Amino acid sequence: MQTMGFLSYIRPVFAIYISCAVLALLAFGTTTEVSPKPATTKPPYKSTALGPINTVPKVFPEPEKTYLPLFTINYPRVQIPFEITLWVLLASFAKIGFHVYHKITIWVPETCLLIAIGLIVGAIMYSVHEQPPAVLTSSIFFLYMLPPIVLDSAYFMPTQAFFENMGTVLWFSIVGTLWNSIGVGISLYGVCQIQALGVQDINLQENLLFASIISAVDPVAVLTVFEDVNIHEQLYIVVFGESLFNDAVTVVLYNLFNHVAELPVVDATDVLLGVVRFFLVGIGGMLFGFVFGFVAAFTTRFTKKVREIEPLFIFMYSYLAYLLAELISISSIMAIVTCALTMKYYVEENVSQRSCTTIRHVIKMLGTVSETLIFFFLGVVTITTDHEWNWGYILFTLMFAQIWRSLGIVVLTQIINPFRTIPFNFKDQFGLAYGGLRGAITFALVYTLPDTIVQKKLFVTATIVIIIFTVFIQGVSIRPIIELMNVRKTNRNLGTINVEIHSRLMEHIIAGVEDLCGQWSHHSLKDKFMRFNNRYIRKILIRDDRPESSIVALYKKLELQNAMEVLDTISGDISAAPSLISLHEEKTSKSSSKPKKPFLASDLIAMHEILSKNMYKIRERTVSYTNKHALPNDSRAREILVRRHTSIRRSLRARSFQGSEAMRSQKYFSLPLGQSLDYRSAAERFCHNGDGDTAFELSSWSARPRSKQPRLSSSRTTRLDTLTEVHSVASVEDEVREEQRGPGPSHVSSSSTDSRPRAPHQRYGSSGKLSIVDSDAEAEEQQPVPPPSAWIPEPPDQGSSGPQNPLLRRAQWKPQDQ
Amino acid sequence: MGAFHSVPDDHQYRILSEKTGFSLEQTEILHNRFKQLSHNSDVLRRDDLNTIPDLACNPIRSQIVEAFFDRRNFQKDGNGPVQEIGFEEFLIVMSYFRPPSVHMTEEQREELRRAKLRCKNASTILKVLFNMHDTDNDGTITLEEYRHVVEELLSRSGSLGKETAKGIADAAMLEVASMSMGRMGPDEFYAGITFEHFLKILKGIEIETRMHIRFLNMDTTLLCK
Repeated sequence: MQTMGFLSYIRPVFAIYISCAVLALLAFGTTTEVSPKPATTKPPYKSTALGPINTVPKVFPEPEKTYLPLFTINYPRVQIPFEITLWVLLASFAKIGFHVYHKITIWVPETCLLIAIGLIVGAIMYSVHEQPPAVLTSSIFFLYMLPPIVLDSAYFMPTQAFFENMGTVLWFSIVGTLWNSIGVGISLYGVCQIQALGVQDINLQENLLFASIISAVDPVAVLTVFEDVNIHEQLYIVVFGESLFNDAVTVVLYNLFNHVAELPVVDATDVLLGVVRFFLVGIGGMLFGFVFGFVAAFTTRFTKKVREIEPLFIFMYSYLAYLLAELISISSIMAIVTCALTMKYYVEENVSQRSCTTIRHVIKMLGTVSETLIFFFLGVVTITTDHEWNWGYILFTLMFAQIWRSLGIVVLTQIINPFRTIPFNFKDQFGLAYGGLRGAITFALVYTLPDTIVQKKLFVTATIVIIIFTVFIQGVSIRPIIELMNVRKTNRNLGTINVEIHSRLMEHIIAGVEDLCGQWSHHSLKDKFMRFNNRYIRKILIRDDRPESSIVALYKKLELQNAMEVLDTISGDISAAPSLISLHEEKTSKSSSKPKKPFLASDLIAMHEILSKNMYKIRERTVSYTNKHALPNDSRAREILVRRHTSIRRSLRARSFQGSEAMRSQKYFSLPLGQSLDYRSAAERFCHNGDGDTAFELSSWSARPRSKQPRLSSSRTTRLDTLTEVHSVASVEDEVREEQRGPGPSHVSSSSTDSRPRAPHQRYGSSGKLSIVDSDAEAEEQQPVPPPSAWIPEPPDQGSSGPQNPLLRRAQWKPQDQ
Repeated sequence: MGAFHSVPDDHQYRILSEKTGFSLEQTEILHNRFKQLSHNSDVLRRDDLNTIPDLACNPIRSQIVEAFFDRRNFQKDGNGPVQEIGFEEFLIVMSYFRPPSVHMTEEQREELRRAKLRCKNASTILKVLFNMHDTDNDGTITLEEYRHVVEELLSRSGSLGKETAKGIADAAMLEVASMSMGRMGPDEFYAGITFEHFLKILKGIEIETRMHIRFLNMDTTLLCK
């Protein structure tokens, strides 16, 4: 098939090139050097392509003068990957283009833009009378393009929310899709009987096939909107899950009806077999996915030494699950989805951070690429193919698709509502119904219909109309409508620590009370599963299950450090917002009446991370939803930085922490090189602002005397290798430090009498020269310089003098307060 | 307290169900569970709840159990813990977790009253939560009480020590202080979280979605240990 296609491919390539150049010019106007190429490729292609095949047999007898060619072009050799690369590149350029002007994508969904670009390219190709390359065939779509899309959705599915709403999701995706397919199919069949439409030749099976295709919703655009407006979790996850699972259902139905459509007569047995097969295929796929998910997780248990191929296992196993499911024709989508859902949790604990990032990126990238390609291709096909335009049929399709979906949502919601803790109200139902956009998979399915379907062209046209209608009209209008309707929202932006603590607390309480009163729902079921999980599955699948073992222990340790650092930063920041718990008489002009931002966002995130990771380990919680087009925000890269700072700060803290009276002279230690004056003034300001902060800070350190003490002695071991780099700098720094020491102390100690540790600390927090200062401090700790006798750790009395929390202490001082 | 015989008749169920909003079936189911927990006696003691195996892994088990034995949760001006509770108290505490309006028994209950009940429900559940924290019943959650809560919460997560818990609690407390007090005077000290502040800081949480249990109309007693 491909060899046949070669000749027909060459001309499209030319068109692609032109369009690529045009697009590139539109987007940035850089890639002009691309365009000259097609001129050279075209003629040589024919000669070389024809040359070997036609002329070689003739020429062969006389072995004359085949000179070494100085310049050859062997286009067929590279054609397929070459063209694919170009398409992908073009689509990617388009994506960059959209984000040049950021606001476009807020109001117009990306899919619309992609289709629009596709339309433009298609128009160009049409104007030069080119056919689009036949890259989208059934096997290519099902074997190469669909798996990444599905894997992408499945892997980034918000797990917790999904399991909490699993019943509803499955209900809508399975029953809803069946409802839509059958409803639309039968209605269309009824319409086909109308003489005036002239489509009597479409029989019931074909109508059902078509209906099943167009019942696959793919609301990428809607999800993006939902995310932006912080729609409440239940609605979001139902739309998300529905789109994922109804792909599976649709593909099963598609295969089923595709098979049935070829049968001349359908009797009751066929129907029955079809129904049985439907369930067999679905459940079979699910089992398959489970098995592969567990195997994949188990495999990653042993990849400690081969970190670099870890991600490969994930892809290979999911793909293998997909292919094998395809092989025995059970639902391959179900297989890959279940596989991803199963393995995700365990794999991410087994693999290294980097592999984890790689996995996420690659999955996201592949998914985006194939979806982008399909949408893009849709645009091209819309223009370039000749359509069979049947007003009646197409309009009826559009109408029925909308009617049945709305009807289905309303009916299904009525049925599911009594089983939900929080029922869907009318607005939610509207959101669900209106969010039913059709997308890439729909198009791909209809485009890859076998040619035996007589009315394939009509189906393609009708599908394109539906997609364009839903994507452009509904996709663009859903944001204003949702905002106007004021659908219930979730406060999903990272709230406060209190909220986080309490939401965890509430989960525990609910699970506990459910246990207590003997009722069970997903809470206690999940609790039970988690217990089972912790007791057995994790032991088998996860390498380092015990917290003592290296990785987890290390991780925990890091978390602990992180916690300290967060606390550190937070207290620092609070003092920066001068108004908090301030004992100081003097209200500087700086102090605002209301603390606008008591915590840095990054600190909050870090704090949330601790809470979500350690506090409530058993219930993994997705704090933020994953964007379909972007990776979920993972702050891991940040973490490293944070940790580095942490460890460095710790050394400071060790000092500041002891900074009772004896330590006062210690402050100068942290005076940055050559900046003592500026920083001092800054320090002074801080001192003035709040003494209370200092006290808090102090106590927050003192609250952990035990953790700090060993560090002085055995700090090297607890530090991670991130620190080693610091040492080298530090040692140099240290010498410089020595000289610095002289003038420093007098200044500071005089200026800030009672805010001992705050001043130096604050400087770190606020200075841009963290690294210098830090390394500096590091050096200090590393080689205790002779003079400061006060610096010598005094573990015993720290515990007694320090540990009072300011909040408490204040209470003792001023019981009548507040 | 303990006013019920071990087999309350229909009338008593009805009274209770009207009082708490549970349906008759639910009341009956809960009563079965109550009997199961209390080993067929009229009153429930702490030990009965502490020995529920399902609850064993819950990090805040003691708080939950305590909530059932807290007089504040079922008496108007009650105060302090009790040693044993009867079914009525059990049911009242349980009713805080009942989702509003869905399983309303009297369908004819007019909208207004329903709405009122719902409001009440959202803040009463918070009150229960607040009481859970406020162990000494002085109307504020002090830092120490808060720390205790966080520690308990973290107690099951292995290597995370008390230090972290303390740190988190401190930070949370500071946060409350900054949120509720605005700018504080130099001599001010934030004594603890009052209930108003508590409501304020948890404004963002959707209580309805998180704190409600769907009470089934099905007797699951046999399945539970």
